[in-house]
Amino acid sequence: MSFLKGRTGLIILGIALLILPFMLGMAGTAWVRIMNFAVLYVLLALGLNIVVGYAGLLDLGYIAFFAVGAYVYALLASPHFGLHLPFWIILPIGAFVACIAGMVLGAPTLRLRGDYLAIVTLGFGEIVRIFMNNLSNPINITNGPKGVNLIDPFHIGPINFAKTDTIAGLDVSGPIKYYYFLLLVLIGVIIINRRLQDSRIGRAWVAIREDEMAAKAAGINTRNIKLLAFAMGASFGGISGGMFAAIQGFVSPESFILNESIMVLAMVVLGGMGNIWGVVAGAIVLAFVPEILRYTVEPAQMALFGHTLIEPEVLRMLIFGSALVLTMRFRPAGFWPETRHKRELVEAAEK
Amino acid sequence: MDIFLQQIINGLTTGSVYAVVALGYTMVYGIIQLINFAHGEVVMIGAMVAFTVITSLAGGTLPAPVILLAGVLAAVPTCMVIGYTLERAAYRPLRHAPRLAPLITAIGMSIILQHLALLVWGRNPMAFPQIMENPVILVGGAVITGVQIGIILLSFTMMAALTWFVYRTRFGIAIRATAENVRVAELMGVNANRVIAATFVIGAGLGAVAGVMFGTYYGIVHYTMGFTLGLKAFSAAVLGGIGNIAGAMVGGILLGLVEALATGYIGDLTNLCRWPGLGTSSMLAERCVDGGNFVVFGSNYQDVFAFLMLILVLVFRPSGLLGERVSERA
Amino acid sequence: MTSALLEARGVGKRFGGVQALKDVSITIHQGEVYGLIGPNGAGKTTFFNVLTGLYPRDGGEVLFAGAPLNLASPHEVAKAGIARTFQNIRLFGNMTALENVMVGRHVRTHAGVFGAMLRLRSERAEEEAIRRRSEELLHYVGVADRANDLARHLSYGDQRRLEIARALATEPRLLALDEPAAGMNATETAALRVLIDGLRTDGLTVLLIEHDVKLVMGLCDRVAVLEYGEKIAEDVPAVVRADPKVIEAYIGTSAH
Ligand SMILES: Nc1ncnc2c1ncn2[C@@H]1O[C@H](COP(=O)(O)OP(=O)(O)OP(=O)(O)O)[C@@H](O)[C@H]1O
Ligand SMILES: [Mg+2]
Repeated sequence: MSFLKGRTGLIILGIALLILPFMLGMAGTAWVRIMNFAVLYVLLALGLNIVVGYAGLLDLGYIAFFAVGAYVYALLASPHFGLHLPFWIILPIGAFVACIAGMVLGAPTLRLRGDYLAIVTLGFGEIVRIFMNNLSNPINITNGPKGVNLIDPFHIGPINFAKTDTIAGLDVSGPIKYYYFLLLVLIGVIIINRRLQDSRIGRAWVAIREDEMAAKAAGINTRNIKLLAFAMGASFGGISGGMFAAIQGFVSPESFILNESIMVLAMVVLGGMGNIWGVVAGAIVLAFVPEILRYTVEPAQMALFGHTLIEPEVLRMLIFGSALVLTMRFRPAGFWPETRHKRELVEAAEK
Repeated sequence: MDIFLQQIINGLTTGSVYAVVALGYTMVYGIIQLINFAHGEVVMIGAMVAFTVITSLAGGTLPAPVILLAGVLAAVPTCMVIGYTLERAAYRPLRHAPRLAPLITAIGMSIILQHLALLVWGRNPMAFPQIMENPVILVGGAVITGVQIGIILLSFTMMAALTWFVYRTRFGIAIRATAENVRVAELMGVNANRVIAATFVIGAGLGAVAGVMFGTYYGIVHYTMGFTLGLKAFSAAVLGGIGNIAGAMVGGILLGLVEALATGYIGDLTNLCRWPGLGTSSMLAERCVDGGNFVVFGSNYQDVFAFLMLILVLVFRPSGLLGERVSERA
Repeated sequence: MTSALLEARGVGKRFGGVQALKDVSITIHQGEVYGLIGPNGAGKTTFFNVLTGLYPRDGGEVLFAGAPLNLASPHEVAKAGIARTFQNIRLFGNMTALENVMVGRHVRTHAGVFGAMLRLRSERAEEEAIRRRSEELLHYVGVADRANDLARHLSYGDQRRLEIARALATEPRLLALDEPAAGMNATETAALRVLIDGLRTDGLTVLLIEHDVKLVMGLCDRVAVLEYGEKIAEDVPAVVRADPKVIEAYIGTSAH
């Protein structure tokens, strides 16, 4: 993104991002919604990037933390329990709960070899789903497979994020408001990611990724520092989950399946582990894959065969799976790699 | 009915299947320290292939055992080819890559296989044809079925055969040597590539049989079945000591037993109405009248136990029951 | 030169059938350069690994500056003041030389996640100090001109020196060097010798594993000899060199 480095580039990008929802809105509010979900995925991918990209820890159940955040929001701001806390209280709570979940999971696992984390997180993703599905009995906590409905939208003062307001003659719909909110959060998360990268902690993460034993001998408390990365990633997931619940207005276990974790991982891997802009790009591209498939593959198949041979959803997963495999094989540093990590992976691949 | 004995029998059955699947994980891990996430999917495909063969033959004139055998004989080589291809095409090129790369590839392959199966066999669970006669035998206060006996016997036979193979044949010794130290084994003239490929093939073959047993036992197959099964089998391998063949067997059986017993009793144990004092307390009285129940965790939490077990092992004995403590070379 | 800085008592370590260390007791005095020699496979590196907490020990204890070392956690060993290099160089290959040294400052600095995210003034100051100190150390060991190159792209000798700089960044009281001259040419070895001499002058205590006999004999105040995991001699270089047991150990194994 070298053209963005200049000030003019930044201003152009800024303006483009500001008017984007209105442009999309012309094509239909649905597209603004899709854009919002894409931004949510970018946030998720940036959170996972800390875990996988910086610290080199493979988290295969990332969406579970997203789920935790989403359910925290759903339960604290919906008629289900009759609680209606404001979002600025719930989002931090969601982040906190997800963070605790991450620590509970990470603490026993992270002192062991890295691959145990992969399997434990994979299992955790399933466990969370089992609990979401079953914690409706004997006391109805999660409302089971039906999920929680009528979740409160954001309110900031008089602004209701579920309604359209006319500001200066411009119709600002709910999704557009969420878009701006998400954009702000995204900018914050990118800044945080960058700062972490160039900090004492960020260096420790990379050192661990590079050579854990040498990092230990150099005085890094590897277990705590890994736990920190893991818990931070989880918190990011929790916050994103909260926003997801509010935007969607509805959560159910179905939204938090393994395939979602894989999708976020594919975003990080495809973009380039450890590289912020690569991850952002990877996330945006992959977030639109389902939509693109829906509008191309399905009609194409209908035209050719008269019925759908391959559902877009299946094709999507085949694409993500292949993205993981092929990227690792041929472009291990991703399509937009951080220079540092790129050299490691490329040279290792050449060996 | 004797719940305890019944759950032991059930646990032994599922445990045998876990053990056979766990062997596939542990052998590969023992040699190249890779969690082959796709192994569960290989097992699933074994079940699916057998399903197709058995279904297509079922209406015909062939006797049931022949049909079943045909299913197995189709599943095993198919899975072996998949296992070999996985190693050759996906993992071998990454053998010297950073650790994360083969792991990510493994999960990617798992997703690919799962969705290819979805394309071939569809989204819906399918009834696995129950062609074998399934006599029910009463033992004590419990029942054991012919299928259960068959599964347990077959599993133990396969485990014994594998043990013999690994400990008594030249190739088995090469496998163990490679697991001990690849470089030294190569110096001694072992073809490490062949050994590694062989562990994938053997593991996949065993997995195929496990898939058929699983389908026969539960009477249902589904493209996602490999996921949970794989997760449990891996937990079993860790429980026994990852990389340790005997450990996988012990871990599998043990996990099956724990899971069966836990599932059998958790409903009663967490039924607050049966807790002295609680059941009559004002809070619960309404729910508990007339033999009412207040079950906090029911048997629908069955799949949680393997995971809890995995976590407990990792906390208290990460090297597993039979594993030695191995330290990384500095 | 009299007070004991490090006191290892009865340290043992076994790998399966190999008794890599057997009841090894060593006392290193404040300010000396202490050599640890022995044939290949004698257990020298294993001693380092146990001492720095990377390998769990089977027995024995280690006192450092009078207090028992917590050998269960390597970072506490580093914090207590023991830093090391590795026989087979273990740098963070894909970090720059400077970053490698900055990682060494980790144990003496404090910035946390929130500080980093908020870029507080104190954190910025600390970061600046880390960078400055690391640059000084690169200068000190003589690889300042490669500061921004990836560690893996440095020459062998530079990598060895960079590892020393990273170790020094932890502000150790005892610096343990595992064959620092291995693979170095004569000029590089000479420079290394000057470096270690300088460290001693600055008051640092050095524990040195080395096969280069000239270097060991020239540099060390005292030398211990390991053979098959056992300490067979310990004295000033001239005495050790003449010790028949030591000669036997070296000739007997004909390692060199
Ligand atoms: N991680 C390990 N696992 C198994 N055996 C080991 C391990 N590390 C060292 N050993 C064994 O312990 C013994 C001592 O090894 P060590 O590396 O300490 O010797 P050394 O004195 O450093 O030799 P060198 O001069 O070759 O570096 C050797 O027999 C070695 O094979
Ligand atoms: Mg050595």
